[in-house]
This record gives sequence, structure tokens and C-alpha cells, in this order.
Amino acid sequence: MNWIAIGSITDIPQRGARCVATPQGKIAVFRTAEDQVFATEDHCPHKGGPLSQGIVHGAAVTCPLHNWVISLETGKALGADEGAVKTIPVRVEGERLFIALEALASKAA
Amino acid sequence: MTEKLVIIGNGMAPGRMLEHLLEKAPGRYSITIFNAEPRVNYDRIMLSPVLSGEKDYEEIIIHGDGWYIKNGITLYKGHKIVALDRTAKTVTSDHGVVEPYDRLVIATGSVPFIIPVPGNDLPGVLTYRDLDDVQAMLLAAQSRAKAVVIGGGLLGLEAAAGLSERGMDVTVLHVMPTLMERQLDPAAGYLLQRAVEQRGIKVMTKANTKAIVGNGRVEGVKLADGTVVPASLVVMAVGIRPNAVLAKDAGVTVNRGIVVDAGMRTSDPDIFALGECAEVGGQVYGLVAPLYEMARVASSHLAGDQSAAFVHNDTPTKLKVTGIELFSLGDFADGDDRQEIVLRDASAGVYKRLVLKDDRIIGTVLYGETADGAWFNDLKKKQTDISEMRDTLIFGQAYQGGAPLDPMAAVAALPDDAEICGCNGVCKGTITGAITSKGLTSLDDVRAHTKASASCGSCTGLVEQLMSLTLGDNYNPAAVQPMCGCTTLGHDDVRRLIKAKGLKTIPAVMQELEWKTSCGCAKCRPALNYYLVADWPDEYADDYQSRFINERVHANIQKDGTYSVVPRMWGGVTSSKELRAIADVVDRFEIPMVKVTGGQRIDMLGIRKEDLPAVWADLGKAGFVSGHAYAKGLRTVKTCVGSDWCRFGTQDSTGLGIRIEKFMWGSWTPAKVKMAVSGCPRNCAEATCKDVGVICVDSGFEIHFAGAAGLDIKGTEVLGLVKTEDEALEVIVALVQMYREQGRYLERIYKWAKRVGIAEIKRQIMDDAEKRSGYYERFVFSQKFAQVDPWTERASGKDKHEFRPMASVGFAEAAE
Repeated sequence: MNWIAIGSITDIPQRGARCVATPQGKIAVFRTAEDQVFATEDHCPHKGGPLSQGIVHGAAVTCPLHNWVISLETGKALGADEGAVKTIPVRVEGERLFIALEALASKAA
Repeated sequence: MTEKLVIIGNGMAPGRMLEHLLEKAPGRYSITIFNAEPRVNYDRIMLSPVLSGEKDYEEIIIHGDGWYIKNGITLYKGHKIVALDRTAKTVTSDHGVVEPYDRLVIATGSVPFIIPVPGNDLPGVLTYRDLDDVQAMLLAAQSRAKAVVIGGGLLGLEAAAGLSERGMDVTVLHVMPTLMERQLDPAAGYLLQRAVEQRGIKVMTKANTKAIVGNGRVEGVKLADGTVVPASLVVMAVGIRPNAVLAKDAGVTVNRGIVVDAGMRTSDPDIFALGECAEVGGQVYGLVAPLYEMARVASSHLAGDQSAAFVHNDTPTKLKVTGIELFSLGDFADGDDRQEIVLRDASAGVYKRLVLKDDRIIGTVLYGETADGAWFNDLKKKQTDISEMRDTLIFGQAYQGGAPLDPMAAVAALPDDAEICGCNGVCKGTITGAITSKGLTSLDDVRAHTKASASCGSCTGLVEQLMSLTLGDNYNPAAVQPMCGCTTLGHDDVRRLIKAKGLKTIPAVMQELEWKTSCGCAKCRPALNYYLVADWPDEYADDYQSRFINERVHANIQKDGTYSVVPRMWGGVTSSKELRAIADVVDRFEIPMVKVTGGQRIDMLGIRKEDLPAVWADLGKAGFVSGHAYAKGLRTVKTCVGSDWCRFGTQDSTGLGIRIEKFMWGSWTPAKVKMAVSGCPRNCAEATCKDVGVICVDSGFEIHFAGAAGLDIKGTEVLGLVKTEDEALEVIVALVQMYREQGRYLERIYKWAKRVGIAEIKRQIMDDAEKRSGYYERFVFSQKFAQVDPWTERASGKDKHEFRPMASVGFAEAAE
């Protein structure tokens, strides 16, 4: 895995999210009320809404465009909706955050 | 090597077929779909509720884009297949895509029948088939003019009810003597006609359309007897016919529809057909239940199970017009070998008729009271000998075997394989089984898991009875609708308890009111945040993470993730300096679209999120503040030019509008609040469809409220007449504060007013001076904390994390 530093957990508000720009598009990094950190592609499986702009509750986010609720743990849509967003591995070391971009690593190699 | 499955058409039948196929043979096929409509799969049965305004398009989507992605299905939207080459085994779309197939499924549905009369192609003549038709009708309905629906069948009556609901003056023309003659006998047809007429819809039977007349666009419909019925919209709903052209041109056997065997296979063994375009056993179908049966059979064959076979079953017909109960099933023509049992109750508007042959039910017509439909359907399907209960049969299941008259007993007595939901073919056992095994407690849960009551909804009552049978006291449909799944309390209880217990933070509310989730959801958090902002303006710290993105970044998110920005223009008045500043901002940030809004403001659309603070900084330099076009709060005060310029103006409407807007901007409300001030009763500012409106008259100011011109259209109510501008302002402010204190989150003023009563609001605001000044004072106090321009704050650095990416990574590596 190619772990890339993206900043500190304190950069993200609790129950909020920030974006990380990558060559493959935006990645949303979420911080829950309990300081868990998750990352997914910033693209709702329904109509591509920016999940990073949604309301974070528990370990889930509600898409701002049409209110799909996406589990941050699995990337899957919750409730009766069907679909999934790609999740991105995150490592927390103290306050520092890293994400893994596998495809990039192989491209660079 | 996966086989290539190509599907032409993306309606409900192929959608259901794919669901089965993905379950039965996952990964077996690589699947491509061509859809002539530029959309995903949606529930066509629900177009009527979309037309009448009970649902919107988003709510009727069956498979969103994500579903296709997740299942690895390629969907070509807006691609019509124009050629099928059976030798090369390819299909070609009108955009030139050529796709090879191993197996092909044709599901091209049907086309509406257009009556071959002169003028049938005039602008303003529509059919009723897909979402585009509905949208065209909604557009036409805005004129609230006259509409004619040709066809008094199921579809025609639903279209008529929808258009009437939208405010049009509707006439239904039906060529036969009674409505829905294919499903109803004349007696029931007559009752139906009466019910339709009671809704203000005119019905003309034996009306034979001869021509559609108009110069350049529709002006009326001419009948064979010479009558001309005036109309600016004509909807043809006289029937459908299978769309089999493509198959026919390719040499596949076609009769009325594409001929298939009981396994849904056409004359070409690699090609299947299903849905409204298919003809099986000499019959074509238009109701959803047999189409879903076709989907099940076709999926089995595609998955390799050759035993599945389509069996014809009579499908009950129900009319999806709220308030009209109607059920018809099977064959009800008279005949020497047939007997009938009829029950009429004129005062209750009930009519029931059973047609019997050899002591078995072969046909049923129920009007006004349809609860026993499922039971009669079951008796007919099983060919039960009814001779034992013949005397009481017509009274329904509750009367059989001396059982007491109890609707619950009737449902309880249904066998497990009795069909409850005809649209989706869900039987009683499936529903009760899901309730028990999955622990379902709400109707929404049952819909999500079983699909029962999830299509047309006419079986909702039965499903609810099943839930209460299965769950006993744990199911209480009459209870207050909870705010969301996180609590059992309704909005009003939560608001009351926030005040009574002095709760001043969201965690405190959740703790004290025993929230079921750790930190709420996207439904309750914004509501709680508003209630706390409204109730404790000085003490509560606004929780931005509980606001929707629009209110968090003070701009409107657009479908592509960019934002739109609307600066405030007080009363809709601007200047050359302001316009120049806007023009400069548009050029500098390459803003792709500038548009004038309905509320007399200028909207800049397509701004990248990162640019927002800089855009606001530039706008701020020209004196602009946020227009709150994104807020559940005061939006705009629209004005006409009033006595300063207009020869009819009676008061300075522009001045009053600006004064109101300057006084009230920045206030948060349960839902958006739009206002207008017109300088005379000609009402150029359209004040009588606003949340709050003022009509200036010679003797003063007439204050209006509770209008609507969105999902619903409703003229305002008059609150009262006051003499001076000062009084007008006090009354309006007090009214809005009363709404702020009582409204449920997302409840517009007209809905709140309907709930608490117009008379009560008048009494408190117009007649009770003490109450009025109390409301006024509380609003003024709250404004001390609310009137802060959010754009200036953010342009100078507040919440800057909202607008910038946290990091940019990977670009350097990629460049190596």
C-alpha cells in the first residue's frame, strides 16, 4: 500500500467532511462524532452527488442532492436504496491521516 | 466466457426481469440496455400521482444510476434501436452504436393510439405515456385553462383527475355510453361518472371525436354532432398498441404483438420479448401484474431453467384516483348459464356485483367498498364452490361462518397464498413472514422489503391490517407521525418539550427525549437546529454540521456540484453600479450562466465552490449581501413600482417592500418565506400567491398570507386591512414570528395555517394586541443575533475549511 499523508484529523470538523483532490477525482474524508475517520470517492452512487457536502450522522452520510444514506464503513447505500460508493483505506497515526491510493502506486511503479 | 445479453427498452418489465436474473444467474451475462427515454427505470404506474402532485419523479425511480453501475450493466439512455440484424446478431442505435448479442430481449412496450382525425398533430395535443407527457401536461396546467381528455378508461380518468387537481377545467369525452365499459358494468360506470363529476370534471359520453380544431395550436375538439368543446390542451388516452415494428421489420413473427411462446421466446430462439409489446397465448397485456409474471418467466429461461411458463390470470383493475374505490375482475357479461348477485346501497354509494357460473365466481365488480376484493379474487382463482355461503357471499368474508363483522377477522381469515399486492404479486404469507423475520414495524419497511403497496398503493389498507394483525399492539398507525426514525415523538411534541425542559443543545434534546440513534440523521438534525435557533436566539450556538449544505456554505448546490449565488436586491431594485459589479464578477470567475429569478433577483450559476469566498468578496465591495436564496428563511420581497411611477399605484409599494425586506432579512423560518407588495389591486407583484403578500389600496394595506405557487397552487387568505405602513410591518412581523414559533420544520406557511386554522391566526394577530406585540418583540430580539451577513463573514475567512480541499495528492507522482 502506498500511504499518502493528507493532513490532520483536526482539519475536519466533527460530523463533517473535507475533500482531497487526486488525479482520479475528489475523495471525501469524513470525521464522525466519535472521531472515526473514513474516506470514499466523492460521488454518490445514485446521481453522482458530492457526498462530502452531506450531513454526517453516526457512521453514515446523507447525500445532499437526493438524500440517499451511504454507510461510510461499507460504502453501501442504506435503507431500501441499492448502490455503493468505492471506499478508500484510511490510516490514523495520532492526529495524522493517510489514505492509500493503490491504482496510483501501481501507475508510478 | 460470459454471454452477451442485450435488452431493448428499459421499462418496468425488463427492470423486473433483470432483478430476477441477477439473483438467479449472477455473472452469467454481460448486459447492455438501450433506453429510448433519456432516463433510468421508473415506476410508470405512479405517473398519475406525479401528475396530481402527490409524488415527484425522484420518488418513483425504481433503479437509479447506481444500480446499473453496481451490477455492471451498460445503460445507453436516449438511444433508440433502429435496426436489428438477426444474421449478424447485432442491434444498431440511432446514435450509431452497434452492439452484438448472444441473447436479445425486446421490451419496446407500447405506443399510444392516436385517433386518426384532422388536427391530431396540432401543438397542444398530447398522449399520456411517459414522464415527458406528464411534464408537458404540468406545463399546460399552469395556465389553468380548459383541457379535454379523450378516453374515459383507466388512463384517461387518471389524467383527468390529475389535471383537475392541478387547477384545470377538464372535460372527459368518451365514445361509449358509460365510463370504463371494459372493466365496469353500466351500473358501476354510472356511479363512477357521478363521482368524477362531483370533482368538477365534466363527462360527455357517446362523444365521437371528429376533428381537433385550432389555428396553429389546439383550440377545441369537434364532435360528430357538431358540438365544439373548447380546450387549450387535449390529452388522448384511448388505448395503446404493442410497439412491434422493430421485430416485424427484422422478420420475427408478429401478430397484434410480438408472438412469444409460454417461455417468452419469439420465433427466433435467441430473441425473447416481454412486456406490453409481447403477445402470449393470443393476448397482449397492459397491467403490471402479468408483465411482472412475464419478467419472472423470461428470467428463468435466460438463467437456464426451461420449465417456467407464463400462465394467464385475470388481474383486478383498480383506479388510482384518491377517494374513488373501484375494483373489477374477470368476466361480468350476462349469459344464460350465468347467475348474478347484486347489492346496492344508494345512500352509501355502494354497488357490488358477483357473476357466478356453476357455483363459482367468474367476475366481480365492486364500487364504493372494495375491501373484499382480495377475498373474491382468491375464491375465483381457486374456483371455490360457493354454494354453501351463497346467501351471505355478497356481504363479504366477514359474514361467513357466523364470524363477527370485523375487517381484521376478514384479513386474518385470508389464506397465506392470497394475493395482497396485485401490482407486485405479493401474497399474504410473504408479507407476514417478512414482518416477523425481519422485525419490520413501519409501512415503509414493509414496502422496502416486500414491495407490497410500493407501486400503486391501493392495497395499503390491507397491508396495514396485516401489520396490525402480526404486530398486535406494537403497530399503531394512528399515532403521531414521528419526526424521523430516530424518535417516536412528532415535531409538535419536540418543540413543546424543548421549551418546557429548557433544552438548549442538540445533544441535550437527544439525551432528554431519548433519541434512538447516537447523533440523529439528516432529517431530524436540521429540524432540531432550527427549533433551537428559533427558541433560544441569544443562547443557542448554531450547529453548522446540522445544516444542509446550502445553508452551510450560503449558496445553492446544483446537480453538478457547483453552486449558484444570488445577491440581495432590496425590493428587486438595482442600479448601474450594482449591475456593473455583477458583470465584472461574472467575467472574472467565468460564470457560465446568469439568470433573473422569479423573485426579481439575479442568479449566477455554475460557480466552483473554491471560488465562492472570492466571489462574495467582490460582490461585498459593491455593497451586496447574501440574498439567502438557499435558506429556510426570508427569501425575497417582490414589488411593483407603486405610486412613484405607476398611474394606478395607490401607495409606495416599492418603498414598503424594501422596508420589510431590510427589517426581516436574515431571519430563519421553518421553510422558505417569500413575500410581495403590490401597489394596487391589479397586483403586478403577484402578492396573492405568496407566503405573505400586501395589496395596497386607497384606504391602506390589505395583508394577505398562506398562498402557494409551487407544488401546490393556492391563492392567499386575507389577514386584515391596516391603515399605515407601520401597522402593516407590525402585523407581518408578528405573523411570521407566530409561524416561526409554531411551524414544523419544512412546513410552509399555508400548510401551517391550514393546520392551526386561519381564524385562530387572525384572532391572535389582528384582534389580540397584546399577543401581536409579544410576537413582534420576540422577532425583533431574535434579529439582533440573526442579521449578520454570512458572505462578509466568509469572505473574511470564517469556515474557510468549507471551501478548500484538505489536500491535493498524487499529482506529482503521476507526473513522474
